[in-house]
Amino acid sequence: MRPVRARLCAAAFVAVVASCLGLVIPLVLKWIVDGPVTDRDTGGVWLGGVLLLVIGLVEALLFGLRRWLVARPLAGVEAAMRAALYGHLQRLPVSFHERWPSGQLLSRATTDLHLLRMFFAFPLTFLVVNGTTILVGCVILLAQEWTLGLVLLAPVLPLVLLCALFEMRYAVASRRAQDQLGDLTTVIEEAVLGIRVIKGFGRHRSQARAFRELADRVRHTELYKARLLAAIWAVILTLPELAIGAALVLGTVQVADGELSAGTLVAFLSTALALRWPVEAMGFLLAMSNEAATAADRFFDVMDEPIPPDAPDARDAPDALSGPSPGGAAAAAGRAGADGLRFERVTFRYPDAPPGARPALDGIDLHIRSGETMALVGATGSGKTTLTALVPRLHEPSGGRILLDGADTAALSRAALRARVAVAFEEPTLFSATVRENVLMGAGEDGGDPGAGLERALRVAQAADFVAALPHGADTQVGEQGLSLSGGQRQRLALARAVVGRPRFLVLDDPLSALDVHTEAAVEAALREVLATTTALVVAHRPSTVLLADRVALLSGGRITAVGTHQELLASSPEYVALMSGAGTEDPRDPQDPEGPEGPEGKEDGAR
Amino acid sequence: MTTTVQDQPAADDEGGRDEGGRGEGGRGKGGAPPPQQAAGAAGDSFDQDVLPAPRGASRTLLGSLLRPHRRRVAGAAVLLLFQQAAVQAGPLLVAYAIDRALPALRDGRDYGPLTAVAVGYLVCALASGWLQHGFIMAAARVSQRVLLELRGRIYRHAQRLDVDFHDRYTSGRLISRSTTDVEALHELLEEGLQELLGVVMSTCYILVMLLWLDIGLGGAAAASFVPLWLLVRNFQRRSLRVFRSKSTAMASVVVKFAETMNGIRPVQSFRRERPNDAAFAELNGSHRRINGDAILEMARYVVLSRLVANTAVAAIVLWGAYRVASGGMELGVLAASALYLRRLYDPIDRLGMFLNSYQSAAASLEKIAGVLAWAPAVPEPAAPRELPPREPGRPGREVVFDRVRFAYRTGGEVLPEFSLTLPAGRTVAVVGATGAGKSTLAKLLSRFYDPSGGRVLLDGADLRELDASALRREVVMVTQEAFLFSGTVAENIAIGRPDASRAQVEGAAKAIGAHDFIAALPDGYDTDVRKRGGRISAGQRQLVSFARALLADPAVLILDEATSSLDVPGERAVQGAMGTVLRGRTAVVIAHRLSTVAVADRVLVMADGRVVEDGTPDELLAGSGRFATLHRAWRDSLT
Repeated sequence: MRPVRARLCAAAFVAVVASCLGLVIPLVLKWIVDGPVTDRDTGGVWLGGVLLLVIGLVEALLFGLRRWLVARPLAGVEAAMRAALYGHLQRLPVSFHERWPSGQLLSRATTDLHLLRMFFAFPLTFLVVNGTTILVGCVILLAQEWTLGLVLLAPVLPLVLLCALFEMRYAVASRRAQDQLGDLTTVIEEAVLGIRVIKGFGRHRSQARAFRELADRVRHTELYKARLLAAIWAVILTLPELAIGAALVLGTVQVADGELSAGTLVAFLSTALALRWPVEAMGFLLAMSNEAATAADRFFDVMDEPIPPDAPDARDAPDALSGPSPGGAAAAAGRAGADGLRFERVTFRYPDAPPGARPALDGIDLHIRSGETMALVGATGSGKTTLTALVPRLHEPSGGRILLDGADTAALSRAALRARVAVAFEEPTLFSATVRENVLMGAGEDGGDPGAGLERALRVAQAADFVAALPHGADTQVGEQGLSLSGGQRQRLALARAVVGRPRFLVLDDPLSALDVHTEAAVEAALREVLATTTALVVAHRPSTVLLADRVALLSGGRITAVGTHQELLASSPEYVALMSGAGTEDPRDPQDPEGPEGPEGKEDGAR
Repeated sequence: MTTTVQDQPAADDEGGRDEGGRGEGGRGKGGAPPPQQAAGAAGDSFDQDVLPAPRGASRTLLGSLLRPHRRRVAGAAVLLLFQQAAVQAGPLLVAYAIDRALPALRDGRDYGPLTAVAVGYLVCALASGWLQHGFIMAAARVSQRVLLELRGRIYRHAQRLDVDFHDRYTSGRLISRSTTDVEALHELLEEGLQELLGVVMSTCYILVMLLWLDIGLGGAAAASFVPLWLLVRNFQRRSLRVFRSKSTAMASVVVKFAETMNGIRPVQSFRRERPNDAAFAELNGSHRRINGDAILEMARYVVLSRLVANTAVAAIVLWGAYRVASGGMELGVLAASALYLRRLYDPIDRLGMFLNSYQSAAASLEKIAGVLAWAPAVPEPAAPRELPPREPGRPGREVVFDRVRFAYRTGGEVLPEFSLTLPAGRTVAVVGATGAGKSTLAKLLSRFYDPSGGRVLLDGADLRELDASALRREVVMVTQEAFLFSGTVAENIAIGRPDASRAQVEGAAKAIGAHDFIAALPDGYDTDVRKRGGRISAGQRQLVSFARALLADPAVLILDEATSSLDVPGERAVQGAMGTVLRGRTAVVIAHRLSTVAVADRVLVMADGRVVEDGTPDELLAGSGRFATLHRAWRDSLT
């Protein structure tokens, strides 16, 4: 910012000089009229003309110099602020991103920063320039003829007051218009994103009504803004004009009385007219400054959001956690003293949850032994996904501790922690990049031989065949800007991404939900090999996924209510039986469902 | 070359892209401008941002928007005409005061001319302010009407366009059409046009005045517009080029930004922050460079035009002064001319800014016109046919695929010709591997697509002859994507039947087993799904969308992979509801989970677009076909 400040000051100085040169031109005119013209001195006329030309050329060059001085630095400021915002946002916790719609963040990175740059380019400079110009102009006017000058300056006070009043109201109206436009955008966004639902059910009437109402509300606010604008413009145009008219009449009388030369009157009036633009411009300069102030507020709303403190890098972490080397997971699984993944009295409540509501997770105690695979089972909405998000600290637990091989995750740096834990999310997100890049994202910086790793990961996820069939194989562009893949295909790539780095800890959130039966069976078989050497937590909705695990934990009411093998839970937990077989769903209060506890029957139930 | 195949049939099949499922409750991508894609695959207009539209479509569009407001536009123009006359009268009055009022006063103590000047100035000052007020209001009324109409048109047209279009055009582009692009036009109408009209009018007035004051001086001033015009043209050409690359650069920045924010969970868990910073810095840097270029382009224009203008002022004043000095011209004329000259060149900078906003608005209008010119591939019938009312006790309808064929526009045939009758009231399960054509079957039946050949009949009526709302009452599809609109849970369920009572809404929720979790939300059914405490998991979203379908009470229900996020009890509830609330409806269940298939009366196994097996589940299980194999594989996976 420092070199930019110097440039900005230089530019403002240049602009003041250029602007004052503009004020000199009427003085030259006066000199020409009163001097050579009155004396019929053609040579003097030439001199005046050349003088005018030189001043004009200098003025033009100064205009250019001002813009040239700030062009690159201001573009740089905008870019630097955007990069800072991006970097900051990337590091803000997931809970922040859940609160803020991405559209709001995006508009800050684009529109608001653009407004700020515009503010540095124009209003900032020109508030100074116009202020100076008006002051210098006033001095010139008063110096030439103070009585006329005073007449001209009469409307300044009412103008300033009216402008201030206008600014206040206009700022409020602008903010309202911005907010209403935001709401309208949301409706439009939903109408586009939910088009399949709308198409499937016919027209979405309340949506259409909301659109009409919001669009009309925006129109009304804009018309109100226009009324304010029209009023202030009327004032800004009328008052100075009246003053100039009065000065003209008085001046003419004075010239007639011989108290004033004709040249002085001409110069005086052209100075007054030259001051009209700076005065008129004050209105919109203030409006722009207002908008820029709002933009800056919006920018810092986000930038002031603190990044939660992070532990220093992994160096001081316990020795057992020394780096995710390839194959390290396998070694760790067998290593004595490796403790696996442990939850101790973990509680979590969403920061935006209504006060008094029960925490989403209320004292979780769970130990996944090193090398073991634990299935996490619970009713819809019981908090399984929330629990998985706590392991890589996408959410911070509100209480309790999570230990990886004995080390508190809160004491690890996030980078070190996330290098050890790989996650496949319920919603498989692919980025606009090649298949290869998307998968190798999971490999970390020192992932060993990326080619072999990629191949293995794709094989595990049963994605090798369809990837090979893509137009450019693993180099095919996917994501928003590339080939659109089906839900099942995306899910398999997300799974490949999770296993490619041979992480010591693996968290899979219902990783097979979108796969067809055939593929599911194949993925399960391959995944079993990976899970054999990894400590894993797998969210499971159905028996086939549960069977990947060594043991099962049942999540209910924010607590782990039962842990055991599939068979054990089938025998001991009616709730588990209900979740796995659907038995008792019609009447959950009746655990004595005849079909219930018989394990194999329970599982096959759905297949009959 | 980057591969940007937007309409690959095979990849598109399984329920298409799950746009709505992205992020919690569909946090959209904001005003994400369109991904600017390398114009790779030849002939597919969807690779580019601008859809083909007939020549001059954007002008026609603007015309059609403005035509209903002809009178207002004309009125506004007249207001501005008079307003500029009032504003530009100032220097004329100065000239009159110096040349007439001054001598009259000096020689004859005649206050008449001076009074006239005073009155004239008063009138002009008041008129210019008042007329300006009137013009701004008139212009704002017109432009706001135009924007309202344009927003409405895009909205309605987007709703009419077929699903295929939405799949290929991508939501980001469509959103940016109706937000940023409309905003560009707003800016032009609100500020730009006013500015341009003002500039043109004042220029004309001043030139006329100058010519009237002195034909020579006026002519010289007019001549100075030749180089200025050339400069403007040159600037326009150069800035267009810079602006194009600037908007492309900005689009890449925005896409990267939006993608990162929407995928923040994988970004953080895979520690992409640092590589992302680097990638973003590169995109951001190239935008910075081009941004700087654009500012410099403007600087270049301002300097050059100022040089021309100031040279012209100097030359003309010099010439005028010379003539006054040699007695060929009056002093007042010179004074007035000098004042007018300064004003004449004042708006040059503003013209540059106007050109910028004009260019961006023109580009935006072109893109909007392209969307509006795109005809829906699934048109509404001109004379819709009525379906016979459903008989009581027989709520389902018969579905017939009559020699139906389906191929994508790009040629890949998905479904070769086939005929199929689904009897009323039966549940048919469709299974098969990815890309077998199951989803296409569903999309044909729900008329998301029209068949390339043959007919789909509902109780004997071609779907193409049915009114859209009538069709939606009869045929409802529940997809994998469970999109929730902002609003309360109850409103979201009531999409299925907008006039449903609260009791009916709750009844539907109870039937599907969603009542308990909804009742546990902070405000129960009135919980806003986007507000505090409205956190709803994927499985719960799917239950809500089932309740929607139950409430809609259709004759034909299509479930397209609709149970993937449900757990076993949820799936059971769905099956239960189909056996009770939806008993007697015709149902088509597309599933990869064989448990769902169990409730079917009949199973169709599809492969490569054909039905390869057809029978009751028991018959198929007894055989040795694909279904039996699939089923065995599934059974094996359980043990």
